[in-house]
Amino acid sequence: MTSATHGTPAVAEQVGTLDAPRSPYMRKKTTRGNYELYSWVFMRASGVVLVVLVFGHLFVNLMVGEGVKAIDFAFVGGKWSSPFWQIWDLLMLWLAMIHGTNGLRTIINDYAERDVTRGVLKGLLYLAFTIVVVLGTLVIFTFEPCPVGADPELLASFCTA
Amino acid sequence: MTAVMEKADAQPKTGEIPSFDVTIKVRRFNPEGDAAGESYWDEFHITAYGTDRVLDALHKIKWEHDGSLTFRRSCAHGVCGSDAMRINGRNRLACKTLLKDVNPGKPILVEPIKGLPVVKDLVVDMEPFFASYREIMPFLITTGNEPTKERIQSAEQRERFDDTTKCILCAACTSSCPVFWTDGQYFGPAAIVNAHRFIFDSRDEGAQQRLEILNDKEGVWRCRTTFNCTEACPRGIEVTKAIQEVKRAMITRAF
Ligand code: HEM
Ligand code: FES
Repeated sequence: MTSATHGTPAVAEQVGTLDAPRSPYMRKKTTRGNYELYSWVFMRASGVVLVVLVFGHLFVNLMVGEGVKAIDFAFVGGKWSSPFWQIWDLLMLWLAMIHGTNGLRTIINDYAERDVTRGVLKGLLYLAFTIVVVLGTLVIFTFEPCPVGADPELLASFCTA
Repeated sequence: MTAVMEKADAQPKTGEIPSFDVTIKVRRFNPEGDAAGESYWDEFHITAYGTDRVLDALHKIKWEHDGSLTFRRSCAHGVCGSDAMRINGRNRLACKTLLKDVNPGKPILVEPIKGLPVVKDLVVDMEPFFASYREIMPFLITTGNEPTKERIQSAEQRERFDDTTKCILCAACTSSCPVFWTDGQYFGPAAIVNAHRFIFDSRDEGAQQRLEILNDKEGVWRCRTTFNCTEACPRGIEVTKAIQEVKRAMITRAF
């Protein structure tokens, strides 16, 4: 029984002798610290940067030049051979993943009623985060735009040049 | 007004006060007896007048139909904060809600406020709510010698926290908050409002401590800006705004 966490000591003692129906409602313990503050600020800051990154990404991929029809293996290969787009996409990947994961963490905290459910859901969430971020980062930096023996028709122009 | 009332209005006898019939559905719970521990809807049909409030309807039920109906009220005039309840899905004071304003053409649903343990019928255990209130230290904190006269404050300084002085601790805001419903660990809007009342009081010196207390995993950062609390407050306090002002004070303190 953790009934001593609220009320005057006298009341807490009385409650302690009964099987207090209200015990699940007590705040477990103080959990002070700046963690949630930084997390809150991060959501706003990353949101602002994501507006630029995401809409810049959509504009360049879908609207400039031939638009959406231009997207193919060569288009992606061409973009990722430039450090500018590598950094852009890396930032977008990391920010969106941390932002999205932190957002889902908040939602899990809001909706999960039992600590076990909460723990399992967050475990799955962090696992998914790790897989996507590691895989995504790997692809951005190790992408081979000119694989040997591929049909030159499908490759970026600089592969054949 | 409702169709029922217009009919009653149609041919009033001289001196007769127009009345209307209304159905009240109350969410009931009895910890003892045959149906112990089961909550269920109980329906009552009463005749009411245009000036009757939900509290008058509950009185009528308790006094004339079923004396076992249990609810809290004290002042009956929106001052003591005893009779917050969920009326047609919204947290209201029964003593400030006129029947004619909550669509009496249909059954009016009356439930206990959510997120606090129900003791009986409409009575909930307010202790977790008051525990959070106590935690933010709702009293003046000062240092140094006590002045021989009153602590002077300008009208502008008083105005700064005027809104949050109006709280009557009815729990309508806290029990309207979806974050509070989940596990009751969140401090809740009412505790933050009452911290705000002292944090922004120029005479008080405990602001840092109070900000520290609310800078908790279960503190202000759990607020998701749903505005349920502002909508629920029977005193018209801009609750959500007060919460954001406390957040801002924490951020300027941290950076
Ligand atoms: C386009 C620019 C974006 C902006 C300006 C933005 C802004 C925000 C802000 C301010 C919050 C916090 C809301 C709160 O505290 O109540 C939030 C939450 C969230 N964001 Fe974003 N975001 C953006 C993009 C994204 C992306 C790309 C994802 C997914 C990868 C994402 C997923 C989420 C999730 C899951 C939440 C939690 C939901 C919630 O708080 O209700 N956001 N976003
Ligand atoms: S009975 Fe006092 S606030 Fe309604």
